[in-house]
Amino acid sequence: MDDMDDIIAEFLIETHENLDQLDRDLIELEENANDLDRLKRIFRVIHTIKGSCGFLGYTHLETLAHVGENLLSKLRDGEIALNSAIMNALLAMVDGIRDILSVVEANGEEGEFHHQHVVDELKALNTAAPAAEAPRSAPPAPAPAPQPAPSPSEEALSPILNPIQPRPQPEPRPQPKPKPRPDLTAEAPAPRPKRARKKVTGPAADDAASSVADSNIRVDVRLLDKLMNLVGELVLARNQILQFATAQENASFQNTTQRLNLLTTELQEGVMKTRMQPIGHIWNKFPRVVRDLAMACNKRVRIEMEGKETELDRTLIEAIKDPLTHIVRNAVDHGIESPDERVAVGKSPEGCLHMRAYHEGGQVNIEISDDGAGLNHERIKAKALERNLINPSQASLMTPRELSQLIFHPGFSTAQKVTNVSGRGVGMDVVRNNIEKIGGTIDIQSSLGRGTTLKLKIPLTLAIIPALIVTCAGDRYAIPQVNLLELVRLEGHDALTRIELLHDTPVYRLRGRLLPLVYLCKALRLEHEVQRDSGDEPVENIVVLQADGQQFGLVVDAIDDTEEIVVKPLCKQLKGIPCYAGATIMGDGRVALILDGLGLAQSAGLITESQGRALSDSLKDRGQADDDQQSMLLFQIGANGRMAMPLSEVARLEEFPRSTVERTGQRMVVQYRGEIMPLVDLGRLFASGGGAEPDQALQVVVYTAHGRSVGLVVDRIIDIVDENIHTEPRSARQGIVASAVIQGCVTELLDVAGAIRMADPNLFTQMAS
Amino acid sequence: MFIENQQYCTFQLEGLFFGIEVHKVQEVLRYQEMTRVPIASRVIRGLINLRGQLVTAIDLRRRLGLDDREDAEPPMNVIVNTSDGAVSFLVDEIGDVIQVTGEVFERPPMTMGAKLRHLVHGVCKLEGQLMLILDVERAIDLEAD
Repeated sequence: MDDMDDIIAEFLIETHENLDQLDRDLIELEENANDLDRLKRIFRVIHTIKGSCGFLGYTHLETLAHVGENLLSKLRDGEIALNSAIMNALLAMVDGIRDILSVVEANGEEGEFHHQHVVDELKALNTAAPAAEAPRSAPPAPAPAPQPAPSPSEEALSPILNPIQPRPQPEPRPQPKPKPRPDLTAEAPAPRPKRARKKVTGPAADDAASSVADSNIRVDVRLLDKLMNLVGELVLARNQILQFATAQENASFQNTTQRLNLLTTELQEGVMKTRMQPIGHIWNKFPRVVRDLAMACNKRVRIEMEGKETELDRTLIEAIKDPLTHIVRNAVDHGIESPDERVAVGKSPEGCLHMRAYHEGGQVNIEISDDGAGLNHERIKAKALERNLINPSQASLMTPRELSQLIFHPGFSTAQKVTNVSGRGVGMDVVRNNIEKIGGTIDIQSSLGRGTTLKLKIPLTLAIIPALIVTCAGDRYAIPQVNLLELVRLEGHDALTRIELLHDTPVYRLRGRLLPLVYLCKALRLEHEVQRDSGDEPVENIVVLQADGQQFGLVVDAIDDTEEIVVKPLCKQLKGIPCYAGATIMGDGRVALILDGLGLAQSAGLITESQGRALSDSLKDRGQADDDQQSMLLFQIGANGRMAMPLSEVARLEEFPRSTVERTGQRMVVQYRGEIMPLVDLGRLFASGGGAEPDQALQVVVYTAHGRSVGLVVDRIIDIVDENIHTEPRSARQGIVASAVIQGCVTELLDVAGAIRMADPNLFTQMAS
Repeated sequence: MFIENQQYCTFQLEGLFFGIEVHKVQEVLRYQEMTRVPIASRVIRGLINLRGQLVTAIDLRRRLGLDDREDAEPPMNVIVNTSDGAVSFLVDEIGDVIQVTGEVFERPPMTMGAKLRHLVHGVCKLEGQLMLILDVERAIDLEAD
C-alpha cells in the first residue's frame, strides 16, 4: 500500500502545482483572450488532471475535470468565445478540484461530492454550443480560427517534454490493474491544417524550457537547511585556515588553501541559490485573489508588480505569504473605492494595486500601494476613542503618522461594515506579529484620498553576506556591504578641521553635500579607549552608509577588511536593540556584532524615517531664503554677477563639453544618464551675455524635481558656503528671491522654479506636474 | 510539583548554593572569551562562540541582583538549553551533580528578596545545606521584571 501512498502523494503535489499554474494562466487568459498557446496549455493541464484522476480512481475529480475539459476544448477550437461567466465557472472548477484534493489529502478518499452545481454550470455553458459530450479520445475538430499550432515534431515531443504532464515515472509501478496512462496517449491535438503559422518559435521555446524543468528533482527542505548550516560552518573554518595560511611559508599549502578558498566560495554560492526563490512565487497568486475580490466587491482593480524576480530565502517566502495576502485583500476591500466613487473624485474607475520588491540594506523591501481612499485619520481617531484605545488628551497630541499606526492595534477596524472579506479587525495586528516574528518591520504611509502604502522590510537571515569589518573601542563590528557607499579617510590637518559642528551635530562636506556623522563609540555608548600619542598623525575614518534612502557617515577607529560572514540571529534578549542586525563568528573564532545602519542612524537620533523626510521637505520649503544657517552654492553669472541657491536643491554639479549640447526646437538639451536633460542658460536669462569663453566646458548645476532634471548653465562655480544669510527682499527682478551679502559680496538668491518658468514655461509645467 | 529522584547540577553564587535540573544543562565550561554587547542590558555580559553556536552569556549575579564578582575570579559557564536556544549562565563555582529524593522541597520563604524569590522556584533542604532551584525560563526572560 506504501507504493500507492507515494503515488497519491506525488499526484497531490503535482496537481497542486498544476492548479497554481492554471490559476495564473486563466487570469492571464482573461486579459488576453486570444492567447491560444495559453489556452492550449490550460487544456493540457486539465486533461492531465483528469487522466491522473481516472487512473487513481477519483471519480468526482474526474467528473469535474471532464466537464471543464469539454468546455475548454470548445474554447480552444473557437466554437465559443470566452466571457466572464465561463471564466468564473472555470475558476470555480479549479477551486472545486482543490477542495476535493484537500479532502483526499486528509482522508485518502474523495468523500462526498459537493460540486454538482459547478458541473451543472459548466455543462450549461457547454450546451450553449452543440455536441456537448466530446469524447476525450477524439481529436478536436479542425479549428476555423487561425492558430499557431505546434508543428508535428513538437506534437510528438510535447507529451513527454511538457512540464504540466506528469513526469515519466522512474520505475514501472506494481499496479494491480495496469491501465495505459492516458496522458501519454495522444490527447495533444493531432496535426491539423493550419492557415497561419506565425509563432512556431513560441511553443518550441516553451518545450526547450520544459525539458530543463524535467531535469529538476524535489529535495527535502530540511536537507537544504542542514546543508546551509554545514556550508556556514565550512566558511568559518575556511576563514580560520586562511588566517593561519598567511603565517605559513609552505607553497603547496598556500596553493591548497587558495583552492579550498575558491571551492568553498563556489559551494556556498550554490547552496545559497538552492534556498532562494523569487518572490514571484507567492505573488503569482495575487492576480487571482485580486480579481475574485474585486468582483465580489464590485470594484475594478488592476494589479501591477515590480521586482518579481527579487529573491529571498524560502523560509521567509513562506512566512510572508499570509501577511501579504492579507494586505492585498485589505487594499482591495478597504483601500480602493468603487468605480462610481472613484469617478466622482476624478480618478480613473479602475483602481491600481502596485506591488514592488527590491533589495536594500541587506533587507528585502516590499511595498504594496493602492491609489484608493487612504486612511481617514479623523475616523481612526474617533474609532480609537470609541474603543478606549486612547484617551482624548492623547488623541489631540497624536500625529497622523501615529494615528496610522493604530490600525496595527488588535481589534481595530475602520471599515464601516464587516464584509466577508475583511473588516473584522483581526487583521493588521496579526500581519504585524507575523512580520515581526521573522525580524521584519511593517510601516504604513497614507494620505487621504490619494492612497495607502504599506512597506515591509524583511531581513535576510540565514544568509552569508559580504561585510566590512571595522574596529571601535577595541572591538570588531561587521557592517553589511549592501549598506556601504564609500569610505573616507581624513589624515593630518584634514582630520582636525574637516569635521565641522552644526549645533553639536558633526557633519562632513562630502563633495559639497553635508553628510551627518555618527560616532560609533558614542552610538554604542562606549568609552573611547583609543588614546593616540601626540606624535601620531591624527586620522578619522568615515564609513559612508545608506539607510532608507538617507546617507550618513559612521566614524570608526579603524577599517580592517571585507569578509564573508554568516549572519546568526541574536537571542531574544538582544533582538530589541535596533543597532544590531545579528552577530557572526569571525575567522579567529571570536564573535562580532553586525551593525544595522538604519538602526544606528535611528538610535543616534540622526534620522528617523519621518524626521528625515520632514527635514528634506522643510528644506524645500525654505527655497525662500530665511535667516537660518543654510548651505548655499555660490556661482557666477555673466562677467561679474554672483548668485546663490540652496545646496539642498542641487542634485549634482556636472561639466559638459559644448559639443555635446544639442537642440530640440527652441530648447538646449544634453544627454545625461541615458535621458535627455533640458538646459536653462542662467547667463542669458539674468546677464546680458555669457562671461565664459566659448570653448570652455559648460558648468551645469543639475536640479531635479518630480523625477525630472534640468541643467542650469552657470559660468563658474565659486564655492559652497554655510552662512547665516541676511536677506533683503527685492522683487524688482523676476526669478530672484532676494539678495544677500555672502562672503562680503552682494549675491542674488536664485528662485530656481521661477527661473525655469521664465526660461521655459512649458518645461516648468512638465516638472511641476 | 517536583519529580522525585531528580538530579541537579549545582553551582555557587556569592555563597548561595544553586541547582538547575540536570536535563536542562547542556554542558559546563570554564571561562570562555566573549564579545561584549554595548547598549544591551548589563545583565548580558557578552556573546560566546560555542563550536559555531552563538551563546548569550547572562551574568547570574547581576541577574539575581547580587554584587559583582571580583575581577580576579573568572566566572564559569553553565550552558543551558532553553526555549530560545542555548544560554550561558555565568556563575562563581561549579559544584557536583546531586541526586535529591523525597519531599525535601519548599517554596522560597516570603522574607527572601523579591528579585531572588521571583527567579527561584523552590528551596531544597539538603543535609547541612539549602539549595535554591533556579527557574531557568524566568532567569533568561529579561523583559519579565
